[in-house]
Amino acid sequence: MGKRASSLPNMVLTLLMITAVAGGSLGFVFQMTKAPIEAAAVAKQQEAIQLVVPDFDNDPAAEMYELTSSEGFPLKVFPARKGEELVGVAIETMSNRGFSGEIKIMVGLKPDGSIINYQVLEHRETPGLGTKMDDWFKPAVVVEGRKEPGTRLLDGFFGIKAGESGDTKNILGKHPGTTRMVVKQDGGEVDAITAATITSRAFLHAVEVAYTTYTERTDAASSATTQYNEEEGGDNEPVE
Amino acid sequence: MNQWSNFSKGFLKENPVFILLLGLCPALGVTSSAINGLGMGLATTFVLVMANIVVSLIKGFIPDKVRIPAFIVVIATFVTIVEMTMQAYVPALFDALGLFIPLIVVNCLVLGRAEAFASKNNVGSSIVDGAGMGLGFAFALTLLGGVRELLGSGHFFGFAIYPEDYGMLVFVLAPGAFIALGYLIAILNRLKKA
Repeated sequence: MGKRASSLPNMVLTLLMITAVAGGSLGFVFQMTKAPIEAAAVAKQQEAIQLVVPDFDNDPAAEMYELTSSEGFPLKVFPARKGEELVGVAIETMSNRGFSGEIKIMVGLKPDGSIINYQVLEHRETPGLGTKMDDWFKPAVVVEGRKEPGTRLLDGFFGIKAGESGDTKNILGKHPGTTRMVVKQDGGEVDAITAATITSRAFLHAVEVAYTTYTERTDAASSATTQYNEEEGGDNEPVE
Repeated sequence: MNQWSNFSKGFLKENPVFILLLGLCPALGVTSSAINGLGMGLATTFVLVMANIVVSLIKGFIPDKVRIPAFIVVIATFVTIVEMTMQAYVPALFDALGLFIPLIVVNCLVLGRAEAFASKNNVGSSIVDGAGMGLGFAFALTLLGGVRELLGSGHFFGFAIYPEDYGMLVFVLAPGAFIALGYLIAILNRLKKA
């Protein structure tokens, strides 16, 4: 097949046609995937909320409001209610003290401030080190008498046991007001992730920020409830 | 050209990663686990096949001097389609591969096949070549990811084989990727000679 000559009109026309077709098809795919992409983001948020707070029957995403932490970044608060009673809040918090980039976590607090559960939403920590925070701060799962989750093939053969650690890793059920949410190296009460102390610091910092920001706000709110409601009235719409 | 050898050359004889040493950026970057390697390999395969089809179809219309920009536009279009589709329908995999999907555009493997093969052959051969090369790439990435995951964290495709505490952490990190790739290339070269 003979090639077309590389004259200026030929080149301009060819590139114009190719880019036009490319642009058109991208626009089409964008239209097609826009709704599913948004749905996936909402589903992820819902899933995280359901994981970190106990049973609720309202729509926390609809009642979401924002608080500003002492460092100036916004925290999203999702109140979870059963009937009229507040059973807990899911707080989307973050820290930029991580090893690389921001760490975003969803942490669930009881109304009294103790931690129910957490879920890591977004991070760029080192795979295999910082990524362990997904489960590290949760209590060890007992699977058929073993302390670590999952199957351990070599356990039976060689008697190799994964490193035992006490309850000091776990932050679930603890109260940031009474348990210092700082790694042991810094004089706190929580075991840092092996070889990922920076990630652990950032993680605990994010939890701490969520707790202090939320309790400060609710203390202020309980003394002036009406004022608080009026103030927050405009912020109740979901913010992207 | 015999279509079967055209297809199978991507796996061993001309494997993009182990023999041609093309597309090493994603090969080293995303292969911290076998499943990441497989996902990246399959995404690249899709782009490779689609780009090969389109390039072989339009090769007659493109003036020689602007063929590279034209190929890049075609490739970038398909990469963006893959990115949006993955974000919409497999968000978990998208989270894991995230940054690397847009990098398929500059993967020299894709442009290399468009330039070296699809722009000189018909559509049928180009599809077979794209599929073979892409699956060879996926195979290489999965193998590399599997080795790194097994040595580094004691898992294979997410299943725990031995306690994570006894893994050699370096294999999960970037230096381990180079070491593992070097040894895999050496082993394959030895096997080829035998």
